[in-house]
Amino acid sequence: MKRVYVNEKWCLGCHLCEYYCAFASSNEKDMARALKGIKISPRIRIEEKDGISFAVSCRHCSEPLCVKGCITGAMTKKDGVITINKDKCIGCFTCILCCPYGAVSPSEDGAIEKCELCIKTNSGVPKCVEGCPNGAIVFEERGE
Amino acid sequence: MWKAVQMEPLYSRKEVNNLKYVIIGNSAAAVGAVEAIRKNDTMGRLVIISNENHHTYSRPLISYLLMGKTDEEKMKYRDNDFYIENRCDLMLGKTALKIDDSRKQVILDDGEKESYDKLLIATGSSPFIPLIKGLDSVRNKFTFTTLDDAKHLESVLKENAKVLILGAGLIGLKCAEGISRKNVKTICVDLSTRILSSILDDEGSRIIENHLKKSNIEFYLGRQIVEFKENTAVLDSNIQIPFDVLVLAVGVKPNISLIKDIGGETNRGILTDERCRTSIPDIYAAGDCCESMDISSGVRKPMPLLPNAYMQGECAGMNMSGKDFVFDKAIPMNAIGLFGEHIITAGTYTGHVYCEADKNGFKKLFYSDNKLNGFIMIGNIEKAGIYTALIREKTPLDTLDFNLICKMPGLMAFSKEERASKLGGVLNESMR
Repeated sequence: MKRVYVNEKWCLGCHLCEYYCAFASSNEKDMARALKGIKISPRIRIEEKDGISFAVSCRHCSEPLCVKGCITGAMTKKDGVITINKDKCIGCFTCILCCPYGAVSPSEDGAIEKCELCIKTNSGVPKCVEGCPNGAIVFEERGE
Repeated sequence: MWKAVQMEPLYSRKEVNNLKYVIIGNSAAAVGAVEAIRKNDTMGRLVIISNENHHTYSRPLISYLLMGKTDEEKMKYRDNDFYIENRCDLMLGKTALKIDDSRKQVILDDGEKESYDKLLIATGSSPFIPLIKGLDSVRNKFTFTTLDDAKHLESVLKENAKVLILGAGLIGLKCAEGISRKNVKTICVDLSTRILSSILDDEGSRIIENHLKKSNIEFYLGRQIVEFKENTAVLDSNIQIPFDVLVLAVGVKPNISLIKDIGGETNRGILTDERCRTSIPDIYAAGDCCESMDISSGVRKPMPLLPNAYMQGECAGMNMSGKDFVFDKAIPMNAIGLFGEHIITAGTYTGHVYCEADKNGFKKLFYSDNKLNGFIMIGNIEKAGIYTALIREKTPLDTLDFNLICKMPGLMAFSKEERASKLGGVLNESMR
């Protein structure tokens, strides 16, 4: 199962992954047009302090506490990817209570949002990985 | 519409020499067990017995149903094909009356007997009905824990009705929110001097109480209803409150009789070990009917919470189907929204206190002996799960930047090695 892995040694703290993420879910063809004048709400987020930075997004855990804890059944794991059925989610945020990585967030529409490895919007490599200029975010099979 | 999928057994026991699993209950713990059993055993027969006539649904969503934020279809806890996919024989609308553990049979209310090799009790809890003089004379009284409760309540609620809710806990206040769409007048009475006393401290309670008062809910706290005179409640302060509809929301009690009646170990809930085994061979129990060990306080108690129910059910299912599996990480934890304000809490509120309050929210962390015991977050609840994990894993606080994590929950507070393990794909045992 391929997953997103992050190596903080290579992270420049440029936040491009966040912009690529927001672009990926915008349904626009042009990045500048997609992001102009909006406050982005990316599903991958940079943590930074004192010159250290790294990106955090859903780990798609083998024992996903968010899925087990979800009170509606909106969160499911299929073929290794944890996804959210926004139609079913009522925004109780039990998943935010459960996620040990802080990788689930509230969204504008009242449901939660999280990284779904771009499977709903793209195929192949997640956009954050594609857009990282320094190889700090990779999409690899590491035998988990 | 709710429609039970009644299936013929896929094969008889004679044909295949497989285990037969029987689950009494059809909610979170039962679903957790089904999913776990089917990971290990695709052949064994699985029978679900439930006294409710519904596809498995999420009980906490009944208030959202009244609010119009969900509907009966979306409330289903698992997809329509769940029972087919997992090859379950459903016996809905039937109540398990008794277990004959010597013959390994469950006796149903229609006289039928269902044999089992492995049995799971996932019977949940029932609303506690207080003994109050005159309660029988009240018209339009309800409890609020099941889909049928919610539908009955909705059917009598008229615009501008006066609703009296007894109990200002999670159930009572979610009910208040649910019915608010109907423009009703809600009055809430609780014996406790503060609301949500099971999940908030004094300060947190006041914040939410003030918030709810703005939403037109009137509170009588530290008050008791001593008597009902038909649809008028008489409080201990002699105040009389006339009402149209009464909702009883003073808590739930675990349904333990099936185990208690045959001499199994029970306290307030059914007692199990960390593999969800009861004291009777081949009988397991999970969910609201049980007590579980709260590792944040070291106290064994009923913890009627959906995530715990699922994980106990999963643990039971794993062990029933032959995999050794332990669930020993139960803690109280709640995520709740009330009239637009979000609350996330977990653990136990003892020890030293870190407190932060500003216009974005309110946060309190409770810690002692080098570990986090509990937390309360109101308003800004982002990344709350980082705190939950510290409690659940009993992470030694001296292994992280505690000052930083108090201010900002995040992975930055962990050591470089720990971060590499969390984000770089080194398997983290504690997450398994």
